[in-house]
Amino acid sequence: MSNSSEAKPALYSQTLLAGLWRENPTMRLLLGMCPTLAVTAAVKPALTMGCCVIFVLVCSNIIVSLMRNLLKPHLRILMFTLTIAAFVTIADLLLKAYQPDMSETLGPYVPLIIVNCIIICRAEACASKNGLVISIIDAVGMGVGFTVTLCVLASIRELLATGAIFEIQMLPLVKDGGWFVKWAAMGMPVGAFITLGLMLGLVNIVTGKKA
Amino acid sequence: MDTLNAVLMGFISVVLINNLVFTKFLGTCPYLGVSGRIDMAFGMGMAVTFVVTLSGTLTWMIDNWILMKLGLEVTRYVCFIVVIAGAVQLVEMYLRKFLPSLYESFGIFLPLITTNCVILGLCLFLNVWMIDNLLDAAVRSFGAGVGFTIAICIMAGIRENLNLADVPGCLKGAPITLITAGLLSLAFMGFAGMIR
Repeated sequence: MSNSSEAKPALYSQTLLAGLWRENPTMRLLLGMCPTLAVTAAVKPALTMGCCVIFVLVCSNIIVSLMRNLLKPHLRILMFTLTIAAFVTIADLLLKAYQPDMSETLGPYVPLIIVNCIIICRAEACASKNGLVISIIDAVGMGVGFTVTLCVLASIRELLATGAIFEIQMLPLVKDGGWFVKWAAMGMPVGAFITLGLMLGLVNIVTGKKA
Repeated sequence: MDTLNAVLMGFISVVLINNLVFTKFLGTCPYLGVSGRIDMAFGMGMAVTFVVTLSGTLTWMIDNWILMKLGLEVTRYVCFIVVIAGAVQLVEMYLRKFLPSLYESFGIFLPLITTNCVILGLCLFLNVWMIDNLLDAAVRSFGAGVGFTIAICIMAGIRENLNLADVPGCLKGAPITLITAGLLSLAFMGFAGMIR
């Protein structure tokens, strides 16, 4: 729990902003790489994935924060994982029921949210030490930061691979009399790795970090 | 002979063609984090291979012989994660007792294997690929571990040399590793035509 009451609003906004930029899970902490790379071939699955992660992150942070005083240190990680697994099951079933196409596209990457380091990291670093409100804000900040990164990466890849964003054609294709030739490699694993690498390089330039 | 053939094909396919690191992006976190030295990468690969073989086989058995029989597929993820955590604990105890030096050098990475996507990923992909016999499941689990070891060792070798290379400042560290991984995955795509 935070001790001083007057510093609370500032602390809240700081926590929120930390997730969005300063400690952005993907760009700055390099957490949760596997879904970042896997689902970003197009924007729609990336957005769906982001929403699932936000849902699981918020729910698990709430539960972990509520039970933080009951946890035995050596069973901590196991309890976190089980909590997360339960919520991922819920998210997976919801997705299957309401977005069957997306569920099909994302396949095993939805259950793989369980082992997404972001969620365990936030449970361990934030929710198990802080009160309910801070944990929720932190989860929202981190989740939105993750989703935005995912969408940016996905837009670049989808644009270069198919000339479209969100399945809306942006660049005129050669077969329609335009000039854009589809860059197939961008839709493949190669594109994911290299685009993310260059994006991280760009972030490093922006923040002036030379490490 | 047919079974042997199929099993062998399954093994090669999971090691080279569907290499979990390069085509499914599983295990990218330890891949970026640990692969600085070849000997450590190899140790990590061995630990993962052991855990993935054990838990892949176990989860396949639980999934096919218990959960599907009883219609409890909903609890699949929770069961899988418990089995994996148990297998990791087993490896940890074994190493601490018999190979203390290796145990020391793993440090924090060993418990982190629980959250290594390769392992849970493989258990889930066994389901997606609709593997229907135990031998095939076991061989593919082992193959996934071998594939991960190959990937992480190649990467460690490249990174040892990368330390001497003149990389632009902003790309140092993770970015250049990701770009290298991209080029490697391009190379691994060359295996795609090997089967069928």
